[in-house]
Amino acid sequence: MLRLGLGAAVGVVLLVLPFWVPSTWQNLLISTFYYAYLGQAWNILGGYAGQLSLGHAAFFAIGAYTSAVLATQYAVSPWLGMFAGAALAALLSLGIGYLGFRFGLRGFYFILLTLAVAEICRLIALHLPILGGYTGLFINFSPNPWQFQFRGKIPYYFIALGFLCAGSGLVWLIQRSKLGVYLVAIREDEDASEALGVDTFRYKMLAYAVSAALTALGGTFYAYFQFYLQPNTVLNINHSVDIMIRPIVGGSGTILGPVLGSLLLELLGEFSRTTFASGTAGLSVVIYGALLIIVVLFLPRGVYPTLAHRLRRAGRIRP
Amino acid sequence: MSLLSVDGVSKSFGGLRAIHRVSFDLAEGEMLGLIGPNGAGKTTLFHVVSGFLRPDEGSMTYAGESLAGLRPHDICQRGMVRTFQIVRPFLRLTVLENVVVGALQRVAHRREAMAIAGEVLDLTGLAGKAASMGHSLTLPDRKRLELARALATGPRVLLLDEVMAGLTPTETGRLIDLIRTIHGRGVTILLIEHVMKAVMALSQRVLVLNYGEVIACGRPEEVVQDRKVIEAYLGEDTADAGVGASG
Repeated sequence: MLRLGLGAAVGVVLLVLPFWVPSTWQNLLISTFYYAYLGQAWNILGGYAGQLSLGHAAFFAIGAYTSAVLATQYAVSPWLGMFAGAALAALLSLGIGYLGFRFGLRGFYFILLTLAVAEICRLIALHLPILGGYTGLFINFSPNPWQFQFRGKIPYYFIALGFLCAGSGLVWLIQRSKLGVYLVAIREDEDASEALGVDTFRYKMLAYAVSAALTALGGTFYAYFQFYLQPNTVLNINHSVDIMIRPIVGGSGTILGPVLGSLLLELLGEFSRTTFASGTAGLSVVIYGALLIIVVLFLPRGVYPTLAHRLRRAGRIRP
Repeated sequence: MSLLSVDGVSKSFGGLRAIHRVSFDLAEGEMLGLIGPNGAGKTTLFHVVSGFLRPDEGSMTYAGESLAGLRPHDICQRGMVRTFQIVRPFLRLTVLENVVVGALQRVAHRREAMAIAGEVLDLTGLAGKAASMGHSLTLPDRKRLELARALATGPRVLLLDEVMAGLTPTETGRLIDLIRTIHGRGVTILLIEHVMKAVMALSQRVLVLNYGEVIACGRPEEVVQDRKVIEAYLGEDTADAGVGASG
């Protein structure tokens, strides 16, 4: 009952919030939802299945470029193009997964493989004329909801929130299913899982494909929020880190982890930007990094698991 | 007709011959003990039979079907399940969740798997620890959990790799009773064991490996009188002196 009430209250606040806050806060909230969504997508593979990918920018870029090129060159609505991008990203993930999982790459070696593929994608994008090469790809702004283009921030706010809710809902379903149990078992001990009848190869491939497809959908959102795609931005390793850092800070392998991680990092980033931006150039980034180190030091398992543990203990003391 | 039939199986690691032309049969409903000194190749044989290692030569048939090329999960799905000598609980899952992973072999939904897991925990005496995390368990409980997980898959054949090692005599006694109960329910069992008390109490037949080769096979009381077995365990001189083998 309390939970239901709390959920309803949060829902109502989220629905009215964008109409009350200034535009900088709208941006902050959109960014929070959007990165929480991407974190949730990464979480399926990295958090639940325990296969760390440092190359999710590749899937993101495939989603962004596919829907953008389909819309600008072939007049396909991004609402449809995004699924073409998701399918392509899933296909690439299955290729990487086949190489990595079939040949037993684990831990660091799998991370290096994902990183290498993302770098290859960046180099390809830099040299493909249809993607705009170095100059990048511009999308002309012509407000039309069917073209995923809107005036003002509020529609984007609700789309990002919708993405996050749908993505989290999917992860919730996975967590409660056989798939979720198997992914966690694979993360904990692959050989023991195999011995208990888990087809580890198949389930890792499935987790990878779902994670890649969801990430690609997020790429489409980015393309039509920024209206500009450049390989050195969207396919940068920093971008892969941006995607994975939120679930790690918030608590990987949990539903609320990516959400709390994203909220915390957006607030830290905003705080360091507004407070230290006027000083020495780059100081805000240093402060952001320092704050990040402090968070990781004190909450090594992530924000959500630590918080949940504390709350449970407090609940036991005062029932 | 035998349920599992191993025929001339060898496996080498570089120059080391871990097992060499091992053959044996396991009949449905049997309890076969597998013993031998340290390094005799017992665990390697388990790895090969359960699909974790490919044999260099030889063939294996289970329930009329060749095991060649099957991966561990395939073999588990066909009803032959192994445990690990060095126990491998899922450390960050609860005891119940650990067993649910095995139970999902039989049913598709988590809720049904929880019910099966609950029954298995009752049987294995872990019900009181269902909510404990894997990493918080003591060694005897980890051994029980290893057994419980394998049992939850609903096996026809259980391959138990030293489930008694490191336990006190009391704990060993309890585990012997548990394995008897499982066997009594119709599960065929192949067990590697160093604890002689357990081997003698449980096995209907004993297979002895030494330096990767089968040196004896027969009823437990016959095997411990076998000259080659005594030599393998205690050395040639003592065999001459007529000292019996012990654990």
